[in-house]
Amino acid sequence: MTEHPGVSGAHNAAGGSRRFEATERDEMPQGPEMSESSDALDPNALRERVLDALRRGGRFCGLFGSAAPGGTQLLAVVAHEGAFRTTTMNVPAGLSSYPALTPSIAAAAWYEREIHDLFGLEPAGHPRLDPLVLPLADGAAHPRPGSHGNASPRAPSPLAPSPLAPSPRAPGLVQLDTTPLPAHLHGEGVFTLPYGPVRSGVFESIEYLLETPGEYLPHVRSRVYYKHRGIEVRFEGMDVADGVLLAERFEGTASVAHAIAFSRAIERLAGMTASEEAELVRIIHAELERVAAHLDTFIRQVEAAGQAVAYSRLTLHKERVQRLRARLCGSRFGRGVVIPGGVAGAPSLQRSDLVAITGKIESAATADLRLLMATPSFVDRLRGTGVVPEEVARRHGAVGPVGRGSGQTVDVRASHPYGAYGLLGYEPVEPSDEGDVLARQRVRLQEIAGAFRLIEGAALRLDRVAGSGRWRVPLEAGVSGEALGWAESPQGEILSLVRAEEGHLVRVKPRSASFHNLALFATAFPRDIFTDFAFIEASFGLSVAGVAG
Amino acid sequence: MMPWIPRGLREGIVTSRYPRHPDGYGEGFRGTVIVHATSGTPEQLALATRACPTGAITTVHDRPRVDRGRCILCGRCAELAPAVFSLDPSFETAAVDPRGLVVPAGDDDESAVEQVRSQLAGRVRMLRRSVQVRHVDVGSDGADEWEVAALSNPVYDVQRLGIFFTASPRHADLLLATGVGAVGMLGPLRETYDAMPTPKVVVAAGVDAVSGGLLGGGYASRGGLVGEIPVDVLVPGSPATPFGLLYGILLAVGRLTGAKPRRSRTSATRTSVAHPDGPTSSAPGSRS
Repeated sequence: MTEHPGVSGAHNAAGGSRRFEATERDEMPQGPEMSESSDALDPNALRERVLDALRRGGRFCGLFGSAAPGGTQLLAVVAHEGAFRTTTMNVPAGLSSYPALTPSIAAAAWYEREIHDLFGLEPAGHPRLDPLVLPLADGAAHPRPGSHGNASPRAPSPLAPSPLAPSPRAPGLVQLDTTPLPAHLHGEGVFTLPYGPVRSGVFESIEYLLETPGEYLPHVRSRVYYKHRGIEVRFEGMDVADGVLLAERFEGTASVAHAIAFSRAIERLAGMTASEEAELVRIIHAELERVAAHLDTFIRQVEAAGQAVAYSRLTLHKERVQRLRARLCGSRFGRGVVIPGGVAGAPSLQRSDLVAITGKIESAATADLRLLMATPSFVDRLRGTGVVPEEVARRHGAVGPVGRGSGQTVDVRASHPYGAYGLLGYEPVEPSDEGDVLARQRVRLQEIAGAFRLIEGAALRLDRVAGSGRWRVPLEAGVSGEALGWAESPQGEILSLVRAEEGHLVRVKPRSASFHNLALFATAFPRDIFTDFAFIEASFGLSVAGVAG
Repeated sequence: MMPWIPRGLREGIVTSRYPRHPDGYGEGFRGTVIVHATSGTPEQLALATRACPTGAITTVHDRPRVDRGRCILCGRCAELAPAVFSLDPSFETAAVDPRGLVVPAGDDDESAVEQVRSQLAGRVRMLRRSVQVRHVDVGSDGADEWEVAALSNPVYDVQRLGIFFTASPRHADLLLATGVGAVGMLGPLRETYDAMPTPKVVVAAGVDAVSGGLLGGGYASRGGLVGEIPVDVLVPGSPATPFGLLYGILLAVGRLTGAKPRRSRTSATRTSVAHPDGPTSSAPGSRS
């Protein structure tokens, strides 16, 4: 593990100088990391290097902030075939702005809004710096994730004498500025229809601002801050074993994927990899999670279409998947399975039972989904609805089924193979380039089939290698350093940036696929009307928790 | 629509008969933590207490107790001190008072909890036969919503018990809140509560909503919803399971009494299936 020059102690000692410093580093799936670094006085260095990486065929994955002793560290991640390249730049404490990336890289827009909210750092030249995750009232202090590592780590009060008292941990909530945003669209009869945050069904809280002349939806904005839990800061000071439990709760519908990304980052810091049997168990759980989440998108659509029988059928299949997950590990969401160093233990189902149950679920669910996709009253609602053009998806680097429905091939199970996916000969689905809701759902249909093949393959292989029983390898105590982990969640690629010192987490930044893709949601309404909204929203399949943080 | 019908028929009846009959679901399932009378070795107990990620274990006079309202069911205590703690598939763990979630119960706690329960029962008499539920997410991780939505699937099929989800707080009798109490949602939560007609009951579902769980209490979230609005029933679990939620809802509307819930008056409520469906009901079965 190479020391990260941007955050090493020697470097920070000189942090007071008003110098922008940029460094680059490669995160390879296997083997040692390659790093190159250089100091630069040019504040545009970060943008130039990211732009250069994109010109060489890279895909923009995100831009993240971290409080560093000498100011704020900005870290951009660009994916290349087989590797992720990180570029960092330190913005010295005395400066309150840096040159924005967004004017040249549109996909950075939401990341820079988040940095602005969390760090109070202004990306100069950003075209629309509306608050995203935390609209702070004037004068409120920014949370600055990365600066709380020394705060008392986990201090839930002992419950005696009375559990009635609200948690004494709460140091006081931040003050939010909840004034409505000014409208972007102006024209005769155009008005803003706020929809949410309390929705008209059982949904996560989010507010959509629909700017409309009536019926059509020329401009849709998503306001996610209502659910901001400040979870990134909660990581700080935790030990790595507790950290993975929190990672599972960053985005509950992708618990397993987040646990895998986080654990793999820790394993890289410890310079070890989990055993093959542990990686196979991870795949079984991750793919069951995918089946459940993909079924959920169909469920929300048949509910919106009023298909009562299909709703009953699909919710039954999903319930059976959730119960199977509970039988394997005790949790309906696969929680507690993935831990840094491997998995908690052997699956509590024999291979033959597992394969028999998944076989039954698959044949029943696939038959129903095929019938559904041949039901004109349903398919008519999907075809041509919510088109994300291929060009838009490519420029944004859209991930997951949203990207794959619009001609993108981003699937880190294949492009940046991790765990045992390589061993199982995983083949990603062929992307579709129509870009409509139907294309995304067809991709999911194929992915459900692919997930069942992976589960079968993993179960078979597990039978052959499980004799050794090396479910978890103990981590060396006190891991330190900085690493990136990744995984393909049902929603798409997720990243987990982890920095630890002596076994304690100093900064954890999970980037969900939901965060990256929700920025595209606004582009998906070119000719669509109010009643298409539920279908388009479900076809994105996103979790608000994973966006709001 | 025709090809769909035989598929459902071939499946037979999948619906649980809970609460009238016990449901066998949950072999090996992590429903809750049980504290055994044997105390194990002090070393084991100390290890388990230290390992608990949410500080749910306390020991007073050598007697370990677990606050299920904090427990996220990670299972570390059962692994480190198996003589003292074990995981159990039972899901009837909701309580009308935070003290009722602490096991084993203290001597004073039981009578106090019973008092709260009888007060609640007097208030919700009108809701026993049928109840309209309004769900609000107050900063969940998203898993809680899946479990709440699962109540409408054919296995739990809560409409058979006269439980309906409604879009409008004006129709709602019961507020089912999930999540840690994110600062941005506290206002909308109170507004929803205020918009509901009386009598109304509030169920806080999942440890996030009960105590803040693993992540509450930072700059942007409360340690749960107690203290934000009057909470009547607390359902533990991370997230609360559909059966756990169902038990909590039945507890909230006074359809379970005493320590033996299944011997309850639920037989009287079975007639409520023919509840006239309100125009805003979001129950999917009522459409099309």
